[in-house]
Amino acid sequence: MSNIKTENIEGILMISVIGEVDASSSIHLDNAFKEAMESGQKKIVTNLTELDYISSAGLGVFISYLDEFSSKEVQLVLFGIKAPVRQVFDILGLGKLLKIVETKEEALQSFNE
Amino acid sequence: MSDKLKIRLSFLGGLIFWLLFAGSNVYLMLVKGYEMKVDYSDFLPQLSFTLFTLSTFIHYRYIITKADTLNFSDLLWKVFITGLVTTLLSLGIQGFFVLFEGRSAVESPLIIHFFYNILVGLIVIFAVSTFVVWKRLILYQKSKNLLQLWRFFELAFGVILIVDFFGFKPGDAYFSVGLVVLVLFSLVLVFNLKWVAYLNFKQKWKGILFILLSGIYLYHFLRILNWFSGTNILVIDMLERVFILGLFGFLFVYAIISILVTLFNLPTSSVFEQKLKEAVDFQKLSQTIPRGETNEQTYEILIESAMSAVFADAAWLEINDGEMQTVTRNLSAAEVDTIKSKIDNQVIQDIITLTFQKGANPTRLNVPLKHTTYKTIMALPIWVQDQQVGFIVLLNEVAEAFNREMVSIVTTFVNQASTSLENLVLIKESLANERYKEQLSIAKTVQKSLLPTEVFNNEALTVEALSVAADEVGGDYYDILAIDQDQYGLIIGDVSGKGTSAAFQMAQMKGVFHSLVREKLSPKVFIQKTNQALSQCLDKSAFITATYFEIDTQAQTLSFSRAGHCPGLLYSAKKKEVSLLEEEGMGLGILRNSTYDKYVVESTVPYSGGDVLLLYTDGITEAKNETGEQFGEERLKQSFLENGAQPPNLIKKAIKEALKGFMGSLTIDDDYTLLVIQLKSHVK
Repeated sequence: MSNIKTENIEGILMISVIGEVDASSSIHLDNAFKEAMESGQKKIVTNLTELDYISSAGLGVFISYLDEFSSKEVQLVLFGIKAPVRQVFDILGLGKLLKIVETKEEALQSFNE
Repeated sequence: MSDKLKIRLSFLGGLIFWLLFAGSNVYLMLVKGYEMKVDYSDFLPQLSFTLFTLSTFIHYRYIITKADTLNFSDLLWKVFITGLVTTLLSLGIQGFFVLFEGRSAVESPLIIHFFYNILVGLIVIFAVSTFVVWKRLILYQKSKNLLQLWRFFELAFGVILIVDFFGFKPGDAYFSVGLVVLVLFSLVLVFNLKWVAYLNFKQKWKGILFILLSGIYLYHFLRILNWFSGTNILVIDMLERVFILGLFGFLFVYAIISILVTLFNLPTSSVFEQKLKEAVDFQKLSQTIPRGETNEQTYEILIESAMSAVFADAAWLEINDGEMQTVTRNLSAAEVDTIKSKIDNQVIQDIITLTFQKGANPTRLNVPLKHTTYKTIMALPIWVQDQQVGFIVLLNEVAEAFNREMVSIVTTFVNQASTSLENLVLIKESLANERYKEQLSIAKTVQKSLLPTEVFNNEALTVEALSVAADEVGGDYYDILAIDQDQYGLIIGDVSGKGTSAAFQMAQMKGVFHSLVREKLSPKVFIQKTNQALSQCLDKSAFITATYFEIDTQAQTLSFSRAGHCPGLLYSAKKKEVSLLEEEGMGLGILRNSTYDKYVVESTVPYSGGDVLLLYTDGITEAKNETGEQFGEERLKQSFLENGAQPPNLIKKAIKEALKGFMGSLTIDDDYTLLVIQLKSHVK
């Protein structure tokens, strides 16, 4: 079971993913991204500090938006990934395609660069 | 003994005993008449009469039980026909005496006794068969007490039949007591007339006629017996027997009571017929469920039964079962619109606009209508799962035609129809579910068939594989093929997602693997080309993780490229340690253009004889125990290290045990695959 929270921090959309993202709950994550794209968000940070587990379906959500992010010039930054989850991202090679930082401050800061 | 045999035997017995009775009777008469002082006892005719009566009773008991006892008209018809035949024959006898009246030859005791014996036979046949029919009628829908009472009644008849043996005469104490007993029994029993209710109007008239005729036959028989009795020369006078009198009395009383009750029931029989029809309609409505019939059939039955229940002249039904359906009876669409415009009652307005509230309890669902043809209207809402989905409107040309009773019966019909409709919805859902399960099982079969049935075990390699699919169809895939004499291509992969699409994607992967392996590509190019091929056909959010190995048994090297799959483990037999075959890489289908290619890396590691390669899917490392902890790479590595020196099948077993021990009472709900490849050193 997972819980998705979205909030707006000075024009930056923060999506927090809490708990476990499996096949059924990945739909919520997908909806959050879909809404962000529909509302024309360009800056998104994803807070994964409370994400305990992500299944391949959950990873599939990130993968499915890669093309759209780059074509619409949307910047996505992930932060706070726990080590086991980070390992999953890395084994798959997603670590090279997604911008992953340690803290929320770094994530918010990265848009100013 | 079969019933057929019993019927035949009892018939034969009846015939023999009657002949015996007639013969001995005539003999007795002769002995008496000529005052020959021989055996004067009338023991033989009495005994044979008793046995004849019993045989006849047994005979009809079996014949009439065999008939469909529920068909009362047929039962009464049997009485009528038996009575007709016996009466006609007895009339013939009577005619004979009337014709030759006054001639001494005819009035000789011999002739009188001859015909009297025939007459007694006919009377016993008619009376006993009628008795059995009355029995069937009285015992229709019997209670335990009634059955008990009837048995006593039959027993009393039996006892009296035997006691009659001793030739008591009217005026004897026994004679009166026996008659009183039989009369009392009869009076209690004759009021069991439940069968009358089940006759329809026409059948009731027929019944009255048949029973009336039976009564006339009985009367006729009594008269003719009386005539014979009047000759005063009979050896045995049947009218002096309690059995015969009691039997006649019982048959008579039941006939009279039946006629009266049937007569009084005539006016109400239409009501009973109506109720019966309602019950049948009700049953029809509920039977549409198991028969798996369509909604349309339920609407048809509902409108038909509702109309006939309230004698409506016209009706229509509108219901939304995905689309708006309208069923009309004796109405055109234009008329329906006209009637709708004439409705000025708010409740009915609400019902036909589907805005009626379920909680609302309308006191009057039938109201007057200002219409040229129809004067009364009744409307009822139809609910499915607490939603008003439709309504039924019933019309009558007479003002105030519907009453409270009718509203309640239609309400029952509508409720039953609603249940049927709800059940149809449920049946459809469960069918869809069933179909989905079937697809899954097909997909599972497909998936299983995609995995190799045989793996290598030769002088260069020994491969042990374990692949278990979860409840749902998973997407674990592995395969190993010989490229040439010394080289083997080995792939392990995991398709994201589950179900039929995963099985389908696995099939595609197998196709790609088998075609590319033949091209003897390096692992790096192999992965790049695989990505290219799969990018065309994978779903947007689907991806596949895989590792491709090229095992060169001559050079004793492992070349591999990892496409996002869990890194393999290599056990060194010499050093007794496990190393991770970790290399950069990216899952197939994540990038679907040439930019993918730069993320693919190839490495080559040497091996020596006895080294073991362990490959797996994330179902193993992500298996969770009761506390939610994952089995993880470390535990796998440890177990592998401890058992690496063993033969491959034991390594597989040991890891499986370790995993099982970790899981405790839980089972893995993901699919998982374990491949153990023992690499051997061999020199050609």
